[in-house]
Order: sequence, then C-alpha cells, then structure tokens
Amino acid sequence: MVSDKIGPRQLLQGNEAIVEGALAAGCRFFAGYPITPASEIAELMSLRLPALNGTFIQMEDEIAGMGAIIGASLAGVKSLTATSGPGFSLLQENLGFACAAEVPCVVVNVMRAGPSTGLSTSPAQGDVMQARWGTHGDHPVIVLAVSTVNDCFTIIVQAFNLAEKYRVPVIVLSDEIVAHTRETVVLTDPAGITVIDRTRPAVPPEWYIPYEDNSRGVPAMAAMGSGYRHHVTGLIHDVRGFPTERPEEVDAFIRRLFRKITNGFAEIQMTNPVMLEDAEIAVIAYGAVSRSALRAVRLARSQGIRAGLLQLITLFPFPRKAVETVLRQCRRVLVPEMNMGQMIREVKRVNRDTEIVRHNRVDGQFITPDEIYDHLLAM
Amino acid sequence: MMKEERYEMRFGGSGGQGIILAAVIFAEAAGIHEGYHVCQTQSYGPEARGGKSKAEIVISPEEIDYPKVIRMDLFLAMNQPALDAYFVDFKPDGILVADATFVEQLPTSRALVLPFTRIARQQLGNELVANIVALGAVGLVCGKVSLASLEKAVASRVPAKFKELNIRALHAGAEAARRQDLAALPRFIDTEEEKEV
Repeated sequence: MVSDKIGPRQLLQGNEAIVEGALAAGCRFFAGYPITPASEIAELMSLRLPALNGTFIQMEDEIAGMGAIIGASLAGVKSLTATSGPGFSLLQENLGFACAAEVPCVVVNVMRAGPSTGLSTSPAQGDVMQARWGTHGDHPVIVLAVSTVNDCFTIIVQAFNLAEKYRVPVIVLSDEIVAHTRETVVLTDPAGITVIDRTRPAVPPEWYIPYEDNSRGVPAMAAMGSGYRHHVTGLIHDVRGFPTERPEEVDAFIRRLFRKITNGFAEIQMTNPVMLEDAEIAVIAYGAVSRSALRAVRLARSQGIRAGLLQLITLFPFPRKAVETVLRQCRRVLVPEMNMGQMIREVKRVNRDTEIVRHNRVDGQFITPDEIYDHLLAM
Repeated sequence: MMKEERYEMRFGGSGGQGIILAAVIFAEAAGIHEGYHVCQTQSYGPEARGGKSKAEIVISPEEIDYPKVIRMDLFLAMNQPALDAYFVDFKPDGILVADATFVEQLPTSRALVLPFTRIARQQLGNELVANIVALGAVGLVCGKVSLASLEKAVASRVPAKFKELNIRALHAGAEAARRQDLAALPRFIDTEEEKEV
C-alpha cells in the first residue's frame, strides 16, 4: 500500500474518495440504488465506470444491487455496492448468499440515523452490529470503518484486497460526516498501490474442484464462462459446490469459513494506536468519532493528562489483541459512540477488570471533542 | 490550551441560496490554491429548497483532527433565521459578515453588514450570485485567501457560461467590503460585559 507515488492535491468528499479507491483497487462493476447519504458514490461511479470499460447499473432496489454485484464478481469482475441503513437492511439476504458462496465483493454502508428511514441526512453509528450479524446464520465477515477522506481511499483498497484474498464480502462502514466532509487530500497514485486479485485455478478445468480446501482455507476461484464449470448455491455445499446435508461435510464447510479468517487475523485486524505508549487512560473509537477523540486526547495531553487513543479500523473480526493491550495498560477506557453502545460490548467482553466508560449520542449530531475531553478530565 | 492554528468559518442561510457551494469554493481556494489543510462540512434538511442550510470550513497549516467548527472566527449569515440559529460558538474576537438585505438584528458589533443580495440584483442583474458576492467580502475580511485563488476556485466550480458573471460577483463583494473601515470595529467583544447595564 505504501508508495512514494502521489497524485495531485484534491478537495474531495469521503464518498468521492471511496470511488477513487475502488477504481484504483480494480473495481469495474457497480450496481445499487441511490440513497442519502451514499448517493454520490453511485453518481460518480456512473460517470467514471463507462470510461474505464466498466459497468454501472442502477437497480430497482438494494437487494437487486447486491445480487448484481455477486453475479459480476462470479464472472470475475471486482464489484461494489453502496447504500445506507434502509438499503443495508434490504440487501442482507443476498449478503448472506455472498458469505455462503464465498463471493468477494465490497459493500459500503454510509450510516445515517435509524431505525427505519430514521434521519435521512444525519450521522449515526447504529449499524455496527447489523454489519456483523445482519444476515442470518453462522458466518464470518470483515467490517472496516473509515474516519477521514484519505481513509476512504486507502481503506476501500484494503477492503477489496481482503475480499479477494479471503473470498468474503467486506463491509465498509462510513457515516454521513465522513461521506460528506470535503477534505484536502493527496491520494496515492493508483500505479503505486498494491492490488490483490483472487487466486485462480492452477489446474485444467477437468481437474478443478471449486470448493476444495487448502492450507489457507480459501479455494481457488474460477470466473464463470472461463471454461471451469461449477455450481454456485446458498445451500451448504460439498467441495464440488453441490448441496449436502452430510454432517461431516457441513461441519468442515462452516469451520473452513471461519478458519480462513482466523488465519488472517494478523493482517485483517487493523488499528491505529495514538499516544498510547505511556497512556494511563484511553479512548477506543472508530469512524468519524475517532477524529473528535483524537482532538480530545491532544487537549488532554496539553494539560498533562496521559491519555491515548486506539482507533479501530477493523471492527470485525474484533481486534481483540490490540484492545486487550490497551485494557491491561490503562485504568480507565472510554468508548464514545453515536449509538446506545454497540462496540462497548465487544470491548467489555475482552476484560472485566478495567473500568470501561460509555459515552453515547443518539440525537443525530456528531460527538464533539469537548464531550470526550470532559470524560477524560473526570477519568 | 493547545497552540491554536485553526481558522474556523461558518456560512448560514436558507436552502437554495448557494451556501454550500460558496463554502466548497472557499475550501478549494484555501486548500488547493493556498495550500492549507481544509475540512468542509455541511448540515441540511431533506428539502431541496427552503429550510436552514449551514456549511462550515476549518483551515489549518496542520492536519485537521476534528472537522467541524468549535469556535467560529468568521460567520457569514445570509438571512436572519440562520444568523439567529447559528450564532452560537462565535468567538469574542470573531467577525460576523451579514447580508443587509435580509438581516435586521445583529447580535454583535463586530459585524460587517453589506447588502449582498441587493448588490447581486442591482449591479449584476442576477440574485442567484449573492452567495459569490458574499464570498468576495468574506475573502477580503478573513485574509486567508487571495482574490486570485478565489477566482480560480470560482472558475472551477461554476458552469462555464456563468463564469464571467460569478467572477464579477466576486469582485463586487470584495470591492464593497474594501470600502468599509474594518479597523473601526471594536477589537474584542466581551460578552459578559456586554450584558452589564
């Protein structure tokens, strides 16, 4: 990812940077349905994709959009959809299909306040647990959170790379603040970005066993129409892709889905530790709120308070190790969220000895640095 | 307190007055042409027209953590409801720039009040460029961007056939502001003392 090659200085919205990042990662298919505050992603994709020989389809709704990107990905094209809460609810069924059939794709959810149609133009972080468990059944997912415009670019590239490497749908949680903040950025030149593509079969078609296990737990993936015939289903399937109910095959399938992600924890679980070296108290935050937290921590430091910040980039699989280190070191930890407390439960599950303090805002407004700073003073 | 390099601005008006566009243009002038770090945000209702509209710009020579306004250095109010609603967070040494066409009551004497919409209507023959007229005045007052940078930003963000009109609007606003004696404004407003009789 790191490169010296940089592009021009630009003023971009988070949503625009998501498009640039997706294209740099090789995305050439977008299907979806416009919804505030995610619409700019579809709008810009409709302008950019045709010029790159890609395809943009405005579908009749979000579940159709999800279906279309699954189809495009099975045909070998990196695919993206973007939506907000109501659409994210609607597409969950097909998201489960992508989990079961191990179809790499990226789903951006620009969170707005809910439930239901909620507050269409206001930010929130209420969809964290839905991203993890919104579709039914035991399944691993990768959920990443963005906090700045530059994040939108770099993390969407990571999202595509992880999707391709592990054959999973990757969910990127943005929010109305990140999506609509225009920020000066100098994006990495696409030529200097590491792009990972799915492993294609190394054997001739007649030898191809589409869901055969290997050391990584990630089967090689042939594109539909490339001569490698295979069957794709949401039913639990055997190594040849056909439905099975044999307990040993079902067990092996579900355990492999989990094992492939567990094997990759070291690279999947991304966090950004800030001023934690000597911290006695810490904030654990994600998304736009980590920006308020960063300022509050800097303010606290200027007052001689040894505060630090652990910004979670990966929300799931939950970066337990990084959190555990902070909890061992600090006597109190604050988890500010624009919801009634979703990630705080995951933090509490790690350790019950450190005092974990909540700060929740659910009025459709952004948590300010002062709110967090006041907690830090009291801690 | 931390060394404060941030300069924070808020533009307020009603939906359709071009508040957000004006903020985007200023952000581009400061961020692309002057080389500042810039965060520009907005809040708005679901309506396309009407309703209150607010846009904010934070500029800094350093990377910006919190992207929204904490304390305003400059507030541009294009009408009275927006002025009333968004005046909170005004710094004692901040400056208010208001459209005299629609603003009657001022909450501070550190104010530059010019009839942006009337200038747009009478001098330029098009009320729609009132936001750009105001932007010219804001650019002059804040001293963070050059007129040339604003011109470049305006040119890149408005449709080609309205470019010349918008550039004239920008100059008209800057010119109107230049005729005011900013040094005559009170230097600092102590809001507590102001309340004393």
